[in-house]
Amino acid sequence: MKIHEYQAKAILARYGVPVPQGEIVFDADHAAAAAQRLGGGTVVVKAQIHAGGRGKGGGVKVVKNPDEARAAAAKIIGMQLVTHQTGPQGQKVQRVLVEQGLRIARELYLGLVLDRTTERPVMMASPDGGVEIEKVAEEHPERIFKAFIHPAIGLSAYQTRQLAFALGLEGAQVGQAAKLMTAVFDAFKATDASLVEINPLIVTEEGTLLALDAKMNFDDNALYRHPDVAELRDLSEEDPLEIDASKFSLNYIKLDGTIGCMVNGAGLAMATMDIIKLAGGEPANFLDVGGGANAEQIKNAFRILMADKAVRAVLINIFGGILRCDVLAEGVIAAVKDLGVPVPIVIRMEGTNVEKGKQMLRDSGLNFATADDMNEAAQKVVALGH
Amino acid sequence: MAVLIDRQTRLLVQGITGREGTFHAKQAAAYGTTVVGGVTPGKGGTTHEGWPVFNTVADCVRETGANASVIFVPPGGAADAILEAADAALPLAVCITEGIPVLDMMRVFAAIRGGRTRVIGPNCPGLITAEQAKAGIIPGHICKKGRVGIVSKSGTLTYEAIHQLTRNGLGQTTCIGIGGDPLIGTSFIDALSLFAADPETEAVVMIGEIGGNAEQDAAAWIKQHFNKPVVGFIAGQTAPPGRRMGHAGAIIAGGKGTAAEKMEALDQGGVRVVKSPADIGAAVKELLRA
Repeated sequence: MKIHEYQAKAILARYGVPVPQGEIVFDADHAAAAAQRLGGGTVVVKAQIHAGGRGKGGGVKVVKNPDEARAAAAKIIGMQLVTHQTGPQGQKVQRVLVEQGLRIARELYLGLVLDRTTERPVMMASPDGGVEIEKVAEEHPERIFKAFIHPAIGLSAYQTRQLAFALGLEGAQVGQAAKLMTAVFDAFKATDASLVEINPLIVTEEGTLLALDAKMNFDDNALYRHPDVAELRDLSEEDPLEIDASKFSLNYIKLDGTIGCMVNGAGLAMATMDIIKLAGGEPANFLDVGGGANAEQIKNAFRILMADKAVRAVLINIFGGILRCDVLAEGVIAAVKDLGVPVPIVIRMEGTNVEKGKQMLRDSGLNFATADDMNEAAQKVVALGH
Repeated sequence: MAVLIDRQTRLLVQGITGREGTFHAKQAAAYGTTVVGGVTPGKGGTTHEGWPVFNTVADCVRETGANASVIFVPPGGAADAILEAADAALPLAVCITEGIPVLDMMRVFAAIRGGRTRVIGPNCPGLITAEQAKAGIIPGHICKKGRVGIVSKSGTLTYEAIHQLTRNGLGQTTCIGIGGDPLIGTSFIDALSLFAADPETEAVVMIGEIGGNAEQDAAAWIKQHFNKPVVGFIAGQTAPPGRRMGHAGAIIAGGKGTAAEKMEALDQGGVRVVKSPADIGAAVKELLRA
């Protein structure tokens, strides 16, 4: 799960990470008032959307006084902010963070993720802050410093010193960095975060370290034990169909193609998208109905698939293990009778009770195309979708 | 022969009195697996579907001589269940549970790596040795005793591969679903090493997916150490970056972990990479004929 910058900063601050003073506002007048409370001088007005690259897209403005803050907020709130992460349609800005202006001496990078190979959290630091870390990794891998954190010991003091010195920090800054890094790890561990990124981590002209930007993602599997984090979910940042699907334990991701697909199992669902593409079509979605789907879920899955108006044909690909083919057939027949699905449907099923399922489809009197293997299914559905 | 599980396996089920545990204990027994009993804390001393139930894994091992466990415990307790299996020194613990917080698994692996217990999963369909035994949820009736091993991150896509091998008359030795989580007990390389030592396994099907670099690591290892033919498929060639595709581990992050990158690595490692999931069986057949 993703959250906004201001929410990430609030969490990090709770664990002791220094962040700039700021307020979140939802309209221009409150932006001016917030700027006034921050001293009436220079502030930064920052669009709050989940995607990165907000500055380049025009979602971040440095202004000199509360009136300018009002004008900047008026412009940013309500805009469709387009960044390299939003896609061409952009994301509507609903709120802005008004933050104190700071005089920046250095921009550094600090990140924390779980490393799959070592099975440990890895803290990464780089003197090249303010740019994407992937770019640094590609062009100057020697400028990224890493500390692998032992699960039982935690982040050791010597590791924070190693990173701080590698960043070229000196004097009191080393101690500040150690405290800040420890706080970042504490926050990561305590909230089951999957990512913490502070980019940039700044050193002000006064010599103070602060998280100027912050990003946190969380392990969806652990949200059940962090209701306070789960509460921060912003549904306006998500696709309405994906939200609808999640209510029925369906794993749906909307894509840009025209061939809808319904599959059991994540791997087979991805493979089905792949084979649609190989057959010359474009998948309209990823949809995993899960291993134990019932007729009701199948019906909701159909409803969600058909709500995407770009869909011109549907491929159902089910390998019945626990989910029996006759249960699937029953669900599909009920859904089609109920919803009156207006596009061609190709069904490929295999596994438990396949003959019974096929017989039910034949006896239904409905117009399904069937296929015996994935290749044939993909070719049929792409042909029917043209 | 085959690997990890066979007629000699004495399987215990952690969570045997639950709906999933009950169903799959019966399925495993029906397939010919020796299921010796189960564990549900608080229900020790009772019997369930004819099997003795114990409060602890240690009790069950002592009384039944179990040498493998399959875990059907909800996500909040599954990491603990794995630790308990390891504490009882079981050689094999297969965790089917999906949805375990990854930091829980990090602590589990920090505690048990290098110990006596091999973990398969979590978030996996388990494993099956054709016409001998199974631990997990892979449907037995699609398997046929044969010549090919399977190692896969996916569940139903594994069934697809099994089905194709059966249809092509090749059959399977052992099929191992290693799981789709970011941290898993048994890697591709671990599974391949087992297949390397198994004389009955003549070829291997390896099914990966986007996310992480386990496939790339395996590719490099195959090039150096593995002499049997391997057919590889990577799911997610059309997956968008930054989106988690069902499995917790299936995500292209920071432009890394793409299918293209993995397919390229496997190809370099000498693996026969198929673009279409429908071509897996035919490709193995071709390699074995050559």
